[in-house]
Amino acid sequence: MEDTVLNPTSSPQSSNRRAVRFDDAQIIIGLEVHVQLDTDSKLFCGCSTRFGEAANSQTCVVCTGMPGALPVINQRALELSIRAGLSLNCQIARSTKWDRKNYFYPDLPKGYQISQFDQPICGPGHLDIETSDATGQARRIRIERAHLEEDAGKSIHDESSRRQDSKIDLNRTGTPLLEIVTQPDIRTAAEAKAFLSELKLILNYIDVSDCNMQQGNLRCDANVNLHIPLGDEQIATPIVEIKNLNSFRAVERSITHEAQRQFEAWQEHGLTIADAPKQTRGWNDHTQTTTLQREKEDSADYRYFPDPDLIAVKIEESQIQEIESQLEQLPADLRKLLAEQYNLKSADASVIVSQGRGVVDYFLKVADGCEDSKIANNWIGQEVLRQLNESNQTIEQYPVSPQQFTDLLKLVIAGTLDQTRGKEVLNAMVADCISPEEAVQQLGIKPVDNNELVSLCEKLIDENQDVVEQIQSGNGKAIGMLIGKARKINPNANPGLVKAMLSKMISA
Amino acid sequence: MTLSALNADVIVDQLNAGEVTATDCVQHFLDRIQIHNAELNAFIRVSESALEQAEAIDQRRKSGESLGSLAGLPIAIKDGICVSGQPTTAGSKMLENFSPPYDATIVERLKSADAIIIGKTNMDEFAMGSSTENSFFGPTNNPWATNRVPGGSSGGSAACVAARLAPVAIGSDTGGSIRQPASFCGITGLKPTYGRVSRYGLIAFASSLDQIGPMTRTAKESALLMSVIAGFDPRDSTSSKEQVSDFLTGLETPLAGLRIGVCRDHLNEGLDVEVKTKINDAISVFKQLGANIEEIELPQTKSAIAAYYIIAPCEASSNLARYDGVRYTFRAQANDLEEMYRNTRGQGFGDEVKQRIMLGTYALSSGYYEAYYLKASKVRRMIKQDYDEAFKKVDLILGPTTPTPAFKLGQHTQDPLAMYLADIYTVSANLAGIPAISVPVEPSSTGLPIGLQLQGRAFEENTLLRAAHQFQNETLWHTASPSEPWRTQS
Ligand SMILES: [Zn+2]
Repeated sequence: MEDTVLNPTSSPQSSNRRAVRFDDAQIIIGLEVHVQLDTDSKLFCGCSTRFGEAANSQTCVVCTGMPGALPVINQRALELSIRAGLSLNCQIARSTKWDRKNYFYPDLPKGYQISQFDQPICGPGHLDIETSDATGQARRIRIERAHLEEDAGKSIHDESSRRQDSKIDLNRTGTPLLEIVTQPDIRTAAEAKAFLSELKLILNYIDVSDCNMQQGNLRCDANVNLHIPLGDEQIATPIVEIKNLNSFRAVERSITHEAQRQFEAWQEHGLTIADAPKQTRGWNDHTQTTTLQREKEDSADYRYFPDPDLIAVKIEESQIQEIESQLEQLPADLRKLLAEQYNLKSADASVIVSQGRGVVDYFLKVADGCEDSKIANNWIGQEVLRQLNESNQTIEQYPVSPQQFTDLLKLVIAGTLDQTRGKEVLNAMVADCISPEEAVQQLGIKPVDNNELVSLCEKLIDENQDVVEQIQSGNGKAIGMLIGKARKINPNANPGLVKAMLSKMISA
Repeated sequence: MTLSALNADVIVDQLNAGEVTATDCVQHFLDRIQIHNAELNAFIRVSESALEQAEAIDQRRKSGESLGSLAGLPIAIKDGICVSGQPTTAGSKMLENFSPPYDATIVERLKSADAIIIGKTNMDEFAMGSSTENSFFGPTNNPWATNRVPGGSSGGSAACVAARLAPVAIGSDTGGSIRQPASFCGITGLKPTYGRVSRYGLIAFASSLDQIGPMTRTAKESALLMSVIAGFDPRDSTSSKEQVSDFLTGLETPLAGLRIGVCRDHLNEGLDVEVKTKINDAISVFKQLGANIEEIELPQTKSAIAAYYIIAPCEASSNLARYDGVRYTFRAQANDLEEMYRNTRGQGFGDEVKQRIMLGTYALSSGYYEAYYLKASKVRRMIKQDYDEAFKKVDLILGPTTPTPAFKLGQHTQDPLAMYLADIYTVSANLAGIPAISVPVEPSSTGLPIGLQLQGRAFEENTLLRAAHQFQNETLWHTASPSEPWRTQS
């Protein structure tokens, strides 16, 4: 099933179309993001939402759609939705209701999904994203709405069996999803990715969702079309919804591919938004292309109507205020804080903030403790993040407490430890879960007194006359060789002090 | 007097006093079912464990344990209400082999009051019907005239109480499904306020209209059952937190000064002459009891049937979507998924159910939603406003339960509209969410029962029960029983 060709490719219009360049086209993107809320239990029953349990082990009469069973709303899901809405600058509905979306599917036990049609819990809002374009300006992506709904189950098709049995796992059925819908404000695939990254970060920060994409806790559909200048006109291509994108990379690549495909299709036959209904395409990760899905799925009439088993939810101003007062700073606030009050470069601030609330808290404690945010950033932004990455740990699992890290950095700042020795101390602290003092002792680090330093330098000059001559003849860099030798003889010798003393002696 | 002639409150007293054992009591009604059910088809199934439960209760009583308020009382339950581990079919082939793994809230409450579920009663498939002719398990016959219908959809419950195959029963009422069969079978049936009794475990027909209620010989027995089944249930979001009083107290408070409204429109066109006469006689009785009769108007109720037959099928079309052959239902043979859906639903549902699913699906479709569902919802609000206005002037509204006494089996099966009109006086209470009760008045000259309907303010079941109880003390029409062997009536 491929697109039908209406206009012959050799018409005069067609040659006009051929003259347009892809770069002149504007990509218009809107996203629909499904986020699984971090509740212990499902949206309308008490079943657990834990991932990866035995199939159908987390079900009850309600979420399997048994005759006579009735749904009861999970208050926690409402709270988390309000929290998410507030963080996305959304208007929170004072009254929100439940609607049934009717369709048949084997993994939809009731034959309808409980969702929200015309009174979503979150109304219009926006999210500002940082872009890498020349202006460096933040881009504001408007949010149209966010509504709560229950997830469906999972169909498992056993192709190996000769009967090609299909099986259904209803563990996921009824888990709460928040569907966040943007306005078509996104203009590039990179912006779409940036929007999703920021959204994911925010939802992580406010403990609304872990957004684990491998587990399907964040899923995305993208609506894409092109605005193409043709003469004095602006042509819009038919809108395509790309379904079920389950990685940031899939989002980015599918949009890039789809834009190109739409442009070529338009050049080919000139169909515009007025000629064709919205189409649904699926992203194929193997072929890296979008392919047309069955038309039938587009034309479904869901026969939405208010769910008579549930009552409208009234949300009091006081409840919203309480949730708002519990909200901690969002990533954007923290980036600003780190840049303005801790004098971090905005790129450095972003790195710290993107690691999550825990790393930010760690940084703030260390920076405040050692009173040097630059050094704190250098050490945390590089050493700590590298170590966490290598050991696949979270900051909460990191064996060095902020206080111990502060003590370490104080030794570095005081010059007691140079960078290299400091890192050795840190490694020992991580490896053996010990304090900086214990690590210093374990490594045998002790200060070198001045007489010792003098005799060390005299010895080096005596034994390395050739190097001394190089230095005297203007090769300043050669002094590094002497410093290296000094460290071999006595690892505690401070390279800075050695260098200063050597320079003084050689030039004297 | 034999046990079957006694009222439930008297049976409970005798059980408590040790004058009769629960085992004897249950055995007595099981014997009656054994003798009469073949002819009446009131029960789809008798509970296999009823005797065992009765013995257990006798044992507990013997050992001095304190027992629930209905200890040892047999009760029949409409087969649209889930009883754990017992087949619960809603009168449909679709659920022929379905045994729910859980108890409906009202079943849980009856069990903890130590009542004994004696069996599951016949009903129109998924409660869709007014004659119990739409049951996969065959029609139920009216014990007053076995060639006539018992009404529906709770026809099995009504017939088994009228024939004394069980002292009391539970039904459900979406547009009159308790009151209309109560009227046809000469018993008392109460549809409580929407939200008064939990719907958890009631197989849904139309969720915004469905309500479970008692079907008994006397108003006092209904009060006895209501005291057990009513009250807030956290598992039903539409159940009310409104305070539940003891429905038995205040039954004797005199009716002097009670204001009863009569809507003249409901006593004219289309009403059987004899029904009209008997209802007017009943009005005189209430006057004698000290009530003031006042004329009221309910102008929007003329649209009630139209609104009801949009809203109920719309909700039903969605509520019945779960019967798809994938999980617990009947599953037809098929080569692929779509064929499986088609065959399962094509073969598993009866004609009336399919008709209503199609009606509702159509009315909810895009392009028709506003004209049908939304408009019907507006009418529904206006009907409710009519009642709000009326209840400023009066405490109760009195009228006939049905336009005619029980019709003959097969009489309306080819004429759905005539069948739908059997609900003309009852659907408004469901649309408005208010309580209503049907009680027997003087039977027709040919001996068919006729029902009087009283409607009350939301959550004022007490007033309904009190008026019905005193009417019954005064008239004794409710004490009439069909004669055995059962007769026909041309
Ligand atoms: Zn569940």
